[in-house]
Amino acid sequence: MPARTDVRRRLTLTLTGFGALTVIVMLLAPLVGSTSISLSRVFDRSIPFSDNVDAQVFFVARLPRVIAAALVGAGFALSGVVFQGLLRNPLASPDTLGVAAGATLGAMLALTAHADFTIFGIGVVPLTSFAGTIGALAIVMAIAFARRRGTSSTVLLLAGIAIGALLAAAGRFIQYFADVTDTFKTVQWLMGSLDVGSYAPIVASLVPFGIACAGFVTLPRVLDLISLGDAAAEARGVDVVRMERIALVSASLSTGAAVSLGGPVYFVGIIVPHIVRLIVGADHRLVLPASALFGASFLIVCDLIARTIVAPVEMPVGIITAIIGGPFFLWLLFRGR
Amino acid sequence: MAAVSRQIGLRAKGLGLILGLALSLQPSALFAQARRIISIIPSTTEMLFAMGAGDRVIAIGTYDKYPPEAQKLPRVGALVDPNVEQILQMRPDLVVVYGTQTELKRRLERANIPYYSYSHQGLPDIFSTMRSLGMRVGMAAQGEALAARLERQLAAIRAKVANRPRPKTLLVMGREPGALRNIYASGGVGFLHDMLEAAGGTDALADIQRQSVDVSNEMVLARAPDVIIELRYTDEAINRADLDVWNRVSAVPAVKNHRVIVLTGDQFVVPGPRVADAVAKMAAAIHPEVGW
Repeated sequence: MPARTDVRRRLTLTLTGFGALTVIVMLLAPLVGSTSISLSRVFDRSIPFSDNVDAQVFFVARLPRVIAAALVGAGFALSGVVFQGLLRNPLASPDTLGVAAGATLGAMLALTAHADFTIFGIGVVPLTSFAGTIGALAIVMAIAFARRRGTSSTVLLLAGIAIGALLAAAGRFIQYFADVTDTFKTVQWLMGSLDVGSYAPIVASLVPFGIACAGFVTLPRVLDLISLGDAAAEARGVDVVRMERIALVSASLSTGAAVSLGGPVYFVGIIVPHIVRLIVGADHRLVLPASALFGASFLIVCDLIARTIVAPVEMPVGIITAIIGGPFFLWLLFRGR
Repeated sequence: MAAVSRQIGLRAKGLGLILGLALSLQPSALFAQARRIISIIPSTTEMLFAMGAGDRVIAIGTYDKYPPEAQKLPRVGALVDPNVEQILQMRPDLVVVYGTQTELKRRLERANIPYYSYSHQGLPDIFSTMRSLGMRVGMAAQGEALAARLERQLAAIRAKVANRPRPKTLLVMGREPGALRNIYASGGVGFLHDMLEAAGGTDALADIQRQSVDVSNEMVLARAPDVIIELRYTDEAINRADLDVWNRVSAVPAVKNHRVIVLTGDQFVVPGPRVADAVAKMAAAIHPEVGW
């Protein structure tokens, strides 16, 4: 089977290349920042951690940030790939089906109602935004599964857009009645931030990310077949309805976890899958892992730029992802033409 | 043509008023006393009531929460959503608007309703606004008295902290509850910065020429403030657990020495007549060793 050997070789090559990029970026990013720290002081055990500024800059400010960027980047990129494949629409993104609008609504409610509690060290805003995701997902699923035979991607797409618009309107309704200072906080949340400041939200996000990944590993072949059409996929023995549900739940959980961890920087989820496809081709066995790795590296680098380019202040990371990702994507797009 | 010439006429009239104001020694004489005032900005509403013009105010803005006697008045929108129709219907003879409300100003001009445009930057602007607003409504003496009283109060606070060390203070205007995320703090300009300096602190972000600065965890650690003041604009009870999040950056002197202080009240967000009270609260937080 030369074809299979070829795919295996390409998979190894892809994973090695993108994996190496991710590892290098993850190792270098915590070393760079708006302040200079001494690595020997960071790891100096003779200074108690509670007094060691360099160690706290490294372990409290930078490292969680890099890990969060990796998870959020990978999460958005993966759900972008799946939504684009499932809906057979290159414009689909993590927020296409209203899942992200649900997350935003959840965050807004917490900020406006001045809710103030933590569960296992996780603040109220990530919790409510994740709850918003689940709520939106429940509505989309109810619509998608109302038909016994599954639903066409067009219906799903339109229903998702309608729900997204509805939830966004609910958000604006709350904004309208909110106080100016609360509105300011919401705007700030909407710009996205990876400065998580502790490991608790990262650890918590691993639960939905883990479930999502368990779903993602079953998807590559299915997404390849779905791209040929539902009928073709079924003819090859794919339980389309069941696999659609798995895809929908995994991508939504991944989106929810990413939004609650880093805010709505969805651009990563649209652009990264396309960039990766332009590099490795359309085979989802390659696209899915490569997107996860490239999404992680891309967001780590964007955040690194965001926190250093206008030092001592910072730029919202969402601005950097668009400024870098947009032209890079255009270059890739026209390079081959 | 008629509309155009009317507009030009209005502009000329406006210019005349400004010139008159600049040249006249008795500028208040230029204006008839305003009898039906609408103020949609919290600080000017407070100023009008504090200088004794409260009985002439016929409507206020959505967010105007002080003084209590103003609360029975109808509300006609605020900075981003003024209800122009309602404002016109109430036949005001003066509308106090914010400088950025250009659309509202244009519509008031068209309806031939005079307005007073106000914007705040630093602490001194509060007092100059009180004086000029007093003049504009025909209560120049009262406006002057109010501004002078507050200036005296501030001078007294400044004198009290004058010879004391000025701790580096991070003035946090907001953050995500239960987390050290999306922190924003006062930069080196604006009335909150001026208030902090008047209260005997050194702004930890004084070199950043912005009213509001997004502050990362790294920045908090790097700036190492001696005091952290968190402002809360509502009088909700303070959740102690929420303040424990600062312990994650325990290397910061303010955290190590238990000098993270919460000050509550909307006087910190309204640059009006309660500013001296707000500065006094800040000064007491920064300099607890001085008897207040």
